[in-house]
Amino acid sequence: MKAFLIEESVKKLEVVGKPVNRVDALDKVTGAAKYTADLYFPGMLYGKTLRSRYPHALIRGIKIGEAEKLPGVAVVLTAKDIPGEKRFGVVIKDQEVLVSSKARYLGDGLALVAAVTEEIAEEALKLIKIEYKPLPVVSSPLEALKEESPKIHEHGNLIKSYRVRKGDVNKGFSESDVVIERVYTTQFVDHAYMEPESAVAVPSHKGVVVYGSMQHPYSTRRVVASTLGLPLSKVRVIQTNLGGGFGGKDETASIICARAALLAVKANRPVKMVNTRSESMLESYKRHPYIMRYRVGVSEKGEIKAMEINLLADGGAYASTSPFVLWRSTVQATGPYEVPNVEISSKVVYTNNPYCGAMRGFGSPQVNFAVESIMDELAEEIGMDPIELRLKNAFKNGSETATGQVLNGHVVSIRQILRKARETSNWEGKRKLYKVQKGRLRRGIGIACCYRGVSLGAEGKDFAAAYVNVTEDGGVIVACGIAENGQGAKTVLSQIAAEALGVPVDYITFLGSDTSIVRDSGPTVASRGTIMGGGAVKEAAVKVRMKMAEVAAVILKTQPEKIIFKGGMVYDKENPEKHISFKELARRCYKKTINLSSIGWFRAPEIYWDEETGMGTAYFTWVYSANVAEVEVNLETGKVKVLRVYAFHDPGKVVNPKTAKSQVYGGVAMGIGYALLEDYKLEECIPKTLNLRSYRLIRAYEMPEVIPVFIENPDPVAPFGAKSLGEPATEVVAPAIVNAIYQATGVRIRSLPVTRDKILKGLKER
Amino acid sequence: MRIELTVNGEKHLIEAEPEETLLKILRDKLGLTGAKKGCDTGTCGLCMVILDGKTVKSCQIKAKKLKMNKVVTVEGLGKPGALHPLQKAFIEHDAVQCGFCTPAMLIVALDLLSRNPVPSREEITKTVSKVLCRCTGYIPIIRAIESLAEENKRKLTSKNKPQT
Ligand code: FES
Ligand code: FES
Repeated sequence: MKAFLIEESVKKLEVVGKPVNRVDALDKVTGAAKYTADLYFPGMLYGKTLRSRYPHALIRGIKIGEAEKLPGVAVVLTAKDIPGEKRFGVVIKDQEVLVSSKARYLGDGLALVAAVTEEIAEEALKLIKIEYKPLPVVSSPLEALKEESPKIHEHGNLIKSYRVRKGDVNKGFSESDVVIERVYTTQFVDHAYMEPESAVAVPSHKGVVVYGSMQHPYSTRRVVASTLGLPLSKVRVIQTNLGGGFGGKDETASIICARAALLAVKANRPVKMVNTRSESMLESYKRHPYIMRYRVGVSEKGEIKAMEINLLADGGAYASTSPFVLWRSTVQATGPYEVPNVEISSKVVYTNNPYCGAMRGFGSPQVNFAVESIMDELAEEIGMDPIELRLKNAFKNGSETATGQVLNGHVVSIRQILRKARETSNWEGKRKLYKVQKGRLRRGIGIACCYRGVSLGAEGKDFAAAYVNVTEDGGVIVACGIAENGQGAKTVLSQIAAEALGVPVDYITFLGSDTSIVRDSGPTVASRGTIMGGGAVKEAAVKVRMKMAEVAAVILKTQPEKIIFKGGMVYDKENPEKHISFKELARRCYKKTINLSSIGWFRAPEIYWDEETGMGTAYFTWVYSANVAEVEVNLETGKVKVLRVYAFHDPGKVVNPKTAKSQVYGGVAMGIGYALLEDYKLEECIPKTLNLRSYRLIRAYEMPEVIPVFIENPDPVAPFGAKSLGEPATEVVAPAIVNAIYQATGVRIRSLPVTRDKILKGLKER
Repeated sequence: MRIELTVNGEKHLIEAEPEETLLKILRDKLGLTGAKKGCDTGTCGLCMVILDGKTVKSCQIKAKKLKMNKVVTVEGLGKPGALHPLQKAFIEHDAVQCGFCTPAMLIVALDLLSRNPVPSREEITKTVSKVLCRCTGYIPIIRAIESLAEENKRKLTSKNKPQT
C-alpha cells in the first residue's frame, strides 16, 4: 500500500476542500435524470413476483398453468426454470432468487410473471396455485437459540458468533467501586430509500444487460451471472441514478435484477420490474435489532476497569452480511474508551423475520446506543459529568482498543472532539440551566461519541479500481468502481481527479457505474467511497499526469520533476513564464501518440485478525465523532421535540464542505428517526408496518437545527487525507437524544425507539 | 376514455383507462418521468404536480376525474442554460442528493412562491413537509427556498422605495 505523501495532503489544495456544487445536480433539478423505473424499451414487458403466504413453510407444489393461459402473459417462471446456481449469498450461500422447497420469511419469492402490463402480471399472480405446508415459526433470537426450536436452515439457527477476551474481567470488576449491569434493545429499521427497488433487463447477444438501482453493481453481476449460468463478461450491469441506498440496495437489488434477467432471457424481450413500497418493505433486508447486555465496572474516580458485553442480533431468514455487521459491532462495542479488561460474546441468529444486512452504520448504531447510554448511567452513578467521564477514559494516540489494536499512524482525535463539543454547545451552562426546571415542558442536553473503523477491515477484500482518460482536447473522463449512491461520490471523486491533474473540476466527466468498463471495486458501503475510490482515482490521475509531465518537460525545455499542474495550466516550477495550457498539452500528447489513459488501483493495508481470541488489527484507520443533542419533552403527552443537534466529526480532510454538511444533515435526520420514529413491527413474523404511514419517517417540520462542526486531521493513508463521513453522520444521534431525554425527565429509555408511551410509563415509575 | 391535458404548455390528447392515475399517464404515456412513485398510500408526495394551479399527488388523481386540465411538472420549470431560479437555488444550496424527491420538492416550492413570494421559514417548512426525503435532512431544501424568499423580499422593498 502506498502511503500518500503527507507533503501532498497538506499542500495548498486547489479543488479538494472547496464547496463545489454536485456534478449530477443539474440533471436532477430538470427532471432529466433517469432512474431505473424511468426507462422504457420497445416491446418491454412488466415483471411481478409472487411471494410466500407463510413466513415458514414447505412448498409442496406450484401450479402455473392458469396463469400462463391469461392473455397478455408472456412467461411464468419458478425455481426449477433457473438455469444456473440456485443459491447465493456473500458469506453463506443460503438464499435463493426464487425458493424451491421452503419459504423462510414472508418476503421469499416463489414465482415470476412477465406480462404486457403490470396489471395483467398482477392478475396472473393470483392464478398461481401453491401448495404449502406451514411450519412453526421462530420469531425471536432468544427462541432461535433454544434446542427445541425449529431449524430454519439445515445447518442450524446460529449464523455467526464472536468472542473477544482481553485482560481479566473478574479482576477488573473486583477493582471497581461501582458495577452496573443493563440491557438495551433496538428495533428493526427499514432503509426506506425513496426509490423502491427496480430493474430493467434487456436480452443481448448471448447475454443480458441489466439497468438497476443498486449500490454494488459487481455483486449484482455476480448473482445475475450465476443465476443465469452465464460468464461474468456476458452480464453487463449498469447502475442508473440511484434513488437512495443507505446500505440497503445490495442483495435486494441483486434479487430483483436476477429476476428481471431471468424473465427477459426467457421471453427474449426487455422486462421491467419495480417493487411497490409494500413489496419493498416486505422483501428488503433491515437493520438488525439487537439485545445487548452490558456490565461495566468503574472506580469512583471514573476509570473504567472492566466491560462484559453480550450481544444477540436477529439476523432474520438469511445470513446476508450478518457476520460482517456483527463483527463490526463486536469490535466497536466498548466505545472509544481504554478498557483494560474486556469480555465480549456476540451472536447473530436466524429467525423467520425479514433478513437483516447492511444499513448505514453497519452494526454500530446498536452498540453505540448501548455503550453511550451506559456511560451516562455510570456518570450518574458516581456523580460525574458525562463528558468528564468520557474524557477520563477516551482513547489517545497509542491507546490500545479492546481487540488489542494500538491506535497510531493517524491523529486519535476523540478527546479533541469531546472538548470541542463541550465548548461549542455551551455544555456546562446548559447542563446547569436544565437542572432546575418547572412546568410541563422540560429541556435536556445529552452527548454521545464514537470511533469507527474505516472501510471494510476484516469484513472483506478491500480494493478499488478507477480509470482516467485525458482526451485529445484536454477533457478528463473518469470512471470508478465506486458507485454514486446519491451521497455525492461522483462529485468528491471528480474533485480528487481535478486536484491530482491540476485542472478545474468542470474538465472532469464522471461516468456512471458500468461493470463492463471498470474492474470490481468492492461494495460502496462502509463509508469507503472517498478513501478507496479516491485512492484509485488519484493513482490513475497521477500516472497520467506523469506521462504528460514528460511531454511538457520537452516542450518547456526542463525536467519532468519541475513541471507543475495548476488551474488548467502546466508550468515550469522554476520559471513560471514557461507554460502551456493543459488542453494544448493534451493535444500535443495526442499528436505524439502518447497514451493518456490509465488504470488506478488502491488496496487497503493488510490487517490481521485472530478469530479465536478476537484480537488483532481490525481496521487500517479510524474516524471519531460526537453528537450533542438538546431536546424538549412534554411531561403530559410524553412528546419529544429535538431542538438542536451539534455534530462533531473528524473525517480526516473534508473534500467538499458543502456536500459534507449535507451528509451530516441527512445522517442526523436518519438518526432522529432511529431514536424516535422508526419501528418496523412484526407479530409472529408477520410485518405490520408495510407502508410509509405506519412506518414513520421524519418530515421537515420535525427537523431540529443542525450544526455540523468538522475537526480535520488529515490522515496519511488517505487520498489528500480524506477518510469517511457517511456513516459517522448517523451513528451517535440516538444515544445523544436518549441521554438528553434523561436529563430533561429523569426517565432512562433502554429500548429504541423512544415513544410517548415509554416516556409516560417511565414518568409514572420515576 | 379520451382526455385532453395541457402539460407544461403543450396540449395532449390521451387515451386512458378511467382508473388510470395521472402519475401513470404522465410517466408511461407522455414520457414525463420527473414525477416519481414512492408509495402505495398517498403518503410520500414524490408524485406532486401542479394541477389547475394547485399541488396534487398525481398518484391520487384518476383519469375519470380529468378533462381539459392544465398540468405543470418539473420538466416545465427550466432547462440547462435557462434554469428557473428555484433550480439554481437547489443546486447552489446542495438541496439535491439522490434527487428522487427533487422534482416534487421543486413543484411544492414553485407553488408556494407563486402564491406567496416571501414566505416565512414556518411556511416553507410546512410546504417541504408535504414531501418525504430520506437523504438531505430537509435543511438544504428549506435554505434553497428561503434564499429565493429573501431575494424576493429585497426586490419588493427596493421597488417600493420612493425614488430619490
Ligand atoms: S406516490 Fe406516494 S404520494 Fe403519490
Ligand atoms: S435527495 Fe434523496 S430523497 Fe431527497
